[in-house]
Amino acid sequence: MASLLEEFEIHDLGAPLFSIGGHSIAFTNSALFMFLAIGSSTALMVLAMRPQAVIPGRWQMLAEKMYDFIAEMVESTAGEQSKPFFPFIFTIFTFILFCNLFGMLPRSLAVTSHILINVSIALSLFAIIIITGFIKHGLHFFHLFVPAGAPKFMLPFLVVIEFFSFAVRPFSLSIRLFANMLAGHILLGVFAGMTVTLLAAGWMLKPLGILPLGINIAITGFEFFVAFLQAYIYAILSAVYLRDALEMH
Amino acid sequence: MEGSALKLLGAGVAMIGSLGAGIGLGLIFSAWITAIARNPAAEGKFRQIGFIGFAVTELVLLMCFVIAVLLMFAV
Repeated sequence: MASLLEEFEIHDLGAPLFSIGGHSIAFTNSALFMFLAIGSSTALMVLAMRPQAVIPGRWQMLAEKMYDFIAEMVESTAGEQSKPFFPFIFTIFTFILFCNLFGMLPRSLAVTSHILINVSIALSLFAIIIITGFIKHGLHFFHLFVPAGAPKFMLPFLVVIEFFSFAVRPFSLSIRLFANMLAGHILLGVFAGMTVTLLAAGWMLKPLGILPLGINIAITGFEFFVAFLQAYIYAILSAVYLRDALEMH
Repeated sequence: MEGSALKLLGAGVAMIGSLGAGIGLGLIFSAWITAIARNPAAEGKFRQIGFIGFAVTELVLLMCFVIAVLLMFAV
């Protein structure tokens, strides 16, 4: 049973580098894949945009499309004032996208299938949102928790509900990504296990092994779609939450 | 019954919640398709709001899934 979760294990690569407060810090496979994701996404953007041609080549087209895709999304979701925050959301999008895609390589680790990484991204996003809200609106930012036009006697309940719906956002945002990646990879493991079990069975059952294998191939394709979709949804929801801080409601 | 059997049973029961998420996702996609069919020119505008609705509804299913996985592997 536990072998299904084996691919999500984090282990040290090499000896511990140093220790903080009794915990030894080592270079793990999680760190390796994060560095790979950052390195390859930066290389894609820098190398693809190197020619700066008026008529873009294939790579430049890809980089420009990615940029346009997120830029349009951020502007239409978070409004005109969101320009300074576009690089941050674009970074979140490319980082999560590349982490998800590197997770699809055999014997690799999907970094985003650990809630720790997702929560740290979401919490830094919310730190930015709250700080921006207070800088832009001052103490007026607390009006975020008071729905306009609500009857007076309902306010105590509404403020509590609104506050919790705001406080839960970073966690729901990160749980969505983490559970999606976990579910997808476990599903692949379950069907692969089915194939192996059927092949190990008697000669009559052996040909049936092709069925879960076929399903597995289809799910692999679907997982590539999910890897992109979840990065996109993370970016969209970041922009939606950012709009609250920029424009209130 | 043994504790481990109850755990697996609990994981199965936890996934019943995905019934609601399934119905909700069906409603969202049906409304999405209807909207695009009625006004194909505005397809781009529906895309974002559709994905937001999809993501928010899907969270219910994922919560059930996380509880089930926790029961099976972590508890």
